[in-house]
This record gives sequence, C-alpha cells and structure tokens, in this order.
Amino acid sequence: MKLNTNSNVYTICYAAVMVIIVAFLLAFVASALKKTQDANVANDTKGQILTALGYDKAAINVADVYAEKVQDMVFVDGELKPYEGSFNTTYGSLIKNGELHVFTATTAKGEQAYVIPVVGRGLWGGLWGYIAVNETKDKVLGTYFYHESETAGLGARISEKWFQDQFIGKPIFGEGGEVVLTVVKAGAAHAENEVDGVTGATLTSNGVAAMVKDGLTAYKEFLGGAKCAFDKECEHSCEAECPNKGNCPHMDECQGECPNKAECQCPEKPCEKTDVEQ
Amino acid sequence: MSKLFSDENKAAFTSPLNVNNPVAVQVLGICSALAVTSQLKPAIVMGLSVTVITAFSNVIISLLRKTIPNRIRIIVQLVVVAALVTIVSQLLKAYVYDVSVQLSVYVGLIITNCILMGRLEAFAMQNSPWPSFLDGIGNGLGYAAILVIVGFVRELFGFGTLFGYNVIPQFMYDAGYKNNGMMVMPAMSLIIVGCVIWAHRAYNKEEK
Repeated sequence: MKLNTNSNVYTICYAAVMVIIVAFLLAFVASALKKTQDANVANDTKGQILTALGYDKAAINVADVYAEKVQDMVFVDGELKPYEGSFNTTYGSLIKNGELHVFTATTAKGEQAYVIPVVGRGLWGGLWGYIAVNETKDKVLGTYFYHESETAGLGARISEKWFQDQFIGKPIFGEGGEVVLTVVKAGAAHAENEVDGVTGATLTSNGVAAMVKDGLTAYKEFLGGAKCAFDKECEHSCEAECPNKGNCPHMDECQGECPNKAECQCPEKPCEKTDVEQ
Repeated sequence: MSKLFSDENKAAFTSPLNVNNPVAVQVLGICSALAVTSQLKPAIVMGLSVTVITAFSNVIISLLRKTIPNRIRIIVQLVVVAALVTIVSQLLKAYVYDVSVQLSVYVGLIITNCILMGRLEAFAMQNSPWPSFLDGIGNGLGYAAILVIVGFVRELFGFGTLFGYNVIPQFMYDAGYKNNGMMVMPAMSLIIVGCVIWAHRAYNKEEK
C-alpha cells in the first residue's frame, strides 16, 4: 500500500508528529545542557569583570583569579556589604530593583578598584558592560562591553579592545556632579570626557553613551558616596566658620580631605561674597 | 567510490562554486551578504556556518523527502532548519562557549538565509542524501566565496586593515590617503556585490 502523502489526515498527523518530536528534542537538549551552559555563562561573566580590570581572560584561569581578586558586594543604605547569594550573570533587573552590586577588586596593575555593572540598549538588542573605577571613584580604570545582536563588523566592534581601552583614565563626573563620560562620533573626541564611537554604528555608539550615563547615574550615591557622607560632617565645621550659611550659595562645594575635619573649610570665594559682617 | 564521485555528483558540488553561484547567479542570500561583510573575519565565519548548516539540513530533508506532505513542505523545511540551528547553538554554548559567543550574532541570520530554503526546495526535495550533501557544501562555499570577496574589498578600503591587522602603510596616510567611509556602509556592499555579479557574468559569457 502506498501512502497518499497529499491527504488531509496524513498532513495533519505528519505536522503533529513532527512538532512533538522537535519539541521533545529541543526540550531534552535544553534541559540536559542547562547546567554546563550556566556554569559557562557564570565563568564568562567573571571573565568579563576581570577584563574590565585589565586582565587577559584568555591567559588566566578565570575562576581562580576571580576568587582571589574580586569580592561581590551590595551597596545598601549608604555602605557596601558582602553579597551572600549565588553569583548573578545579569544585572539589569537587579539594578532596577535597587540591588546595586559593586565588585571590589584589585586590577591587573595592583590598583584598588570598584567594578560597576551597566546595562543598556543598542540598535538591535541589549548591551551590557562592566566599568572599573579607581579608589577615589572619579576616573575609569577599565571597561568591558558586550552586546546581544549588534551588526558584526559595525556595532559589534564595541566589544573590541581598542574601543574599550579608550575609556581608561577618563573622568566620570563633571563640575556639577553629573556624569559627563560620553561617546561621541568617531573621530570627534577631543574633550577629556569624550571617547570615539564606532564608524558606521552611530546608534550602537549612542547606546553605549546612554548605557554609561544611566549606569553610572544609577550608582551616583555609591560613586559620590564618600563625598556625601563627608559633606554632612563638613557642613558643621563650615557652618561654624561661615555662620551665614544660607547666603553661601556654594555650600555644596564645601569639600576637603575626608575625614580630616581640620581641612574642611568653607570655599573662600563664595563666603567672601556673603557679607557676614553686615 | 567511483559512484560517490560520479560526474553528476561532482557537478552538484562544483556548479554552485561558479556557473550556478547562489549569490551571483541565483541571487540568494543577498541580505546577509550586506550585513556581515564589513570585515573579513565575520564574512568567513558566516560563510562556513552557512556551509555546514546547508549541508546537514539538505541531508535531513533529503532523507525525509518521500514522506513530506507537499502542502506543508516549506513549513517542514523551516522547522528542520530552525531545530538544527538551535540544537547546534545549544551544544556549542555548552561545550565550546567561546565559539558560541562568536556565532551568537549569526544564528538568526543563518535561519533566515534564503540559500538554505532555496537549496532545500530546489535540490534536497528531489535528490538522494549524498548529492544533497555535496550540493549543500558547494552552495555554502559558493556563498562564502562572494562574502569573502566583498569582505576583503570593504575591510581593505573601509578600514585599511585585513583580519584586523593594518595593511595600508602609514606613509600612504601621511601622503593624504584616507579610508573610505562609504565602504563601511551596508549600501556599499550592494554595489560591490553588483560589481562581482557583473564581472562573473561577463566572464562566464566569454566561456560559453
């Protein structure tokens, strides 16, 4: 008997059987491989963090170096606490929920650093990255960026070393305390806070710029943290010196070497203008 | 052995490399030729991935060809290709993670590549597995060849590099040479593909 492969019954049965077989096959493959894949992803994430710190992840044992050099911390209520849970591989939703992870680490050059995870959107899909900042939290020590599905050879080039290395040594905050670190058109970076984008990938470059800005802004309390906590102490001493604090428009700029209160002084110029004697 | 490499089978392998090239003659797979050819390395990776996937999906469809109901054959082909690509990318992710990261960008492009569907429909549905396998390899390599040509031209003139290494010497730049920004744009690859097709057809016309 020859099967009539054009009959409705055959077609429906064929489609049903095919779908069931493929579904089981995919489900089996996915669940059988999940553990190894997750381990790979976690290891790769650690490798990305180490890359931001200047290590060459191809040349080291990522798990060992990570365990030795990096601590996973959470920024809660103004201070860093060790993170107790299992290692996370995505940080977008955590940051949104206010769980701010910070990795305290030592760079390949031996400097103390904080690594901050950032997430954003490129042209076709998500972007993410890790930014290592120095101990005083005002300059970038290194970055790592990657993407889900940017165009190969164009937007995908943000994952290349030359692009990421441009960020090294760049200042994070401007005079007003806002994030100034940004990506501009390829070849147009002249100011200290600018890095060149990727030629032919303006939208991806803009995505990186937005990601860096939003990501660092989300951590502003942490990055500006030492300054804020110190400013409260500083204010008292400043108040003592400049009783007319209300007239001192630049009180926010009152800064010095924390925690040395003796050096806390009201900014000279603004206070001179306040005419305390009158 | 002689049967495995009969003239017919040889033709299945060699004709897509030149006279029946999938990009230059059948004009298939143009979209991905635009997307991944701004540099040489992604062009090669994409070409090889398509070669492997075309060959194996050709074999699977060829094995199933007598059972596939005619009215849903395109859907069956699509399911086979998508399942194959997904399983391969899952395996890569578990066992060779670095390669999978490199290829993740291409997975979507491979599934939707018209060459795959074109070969499944035009060849694997009528032929036995071995010639289908050769046809898949031949078409994949024919596609890869065009990608490499376009990638070579675009990377050389667009970035002054090949495989990421500078090849245009500094004194050329000092003398006023500039990288051509147009080459980096996708539109330029369409023009280059057009030139390749032109040269290819002019050459083959002479031969005939």
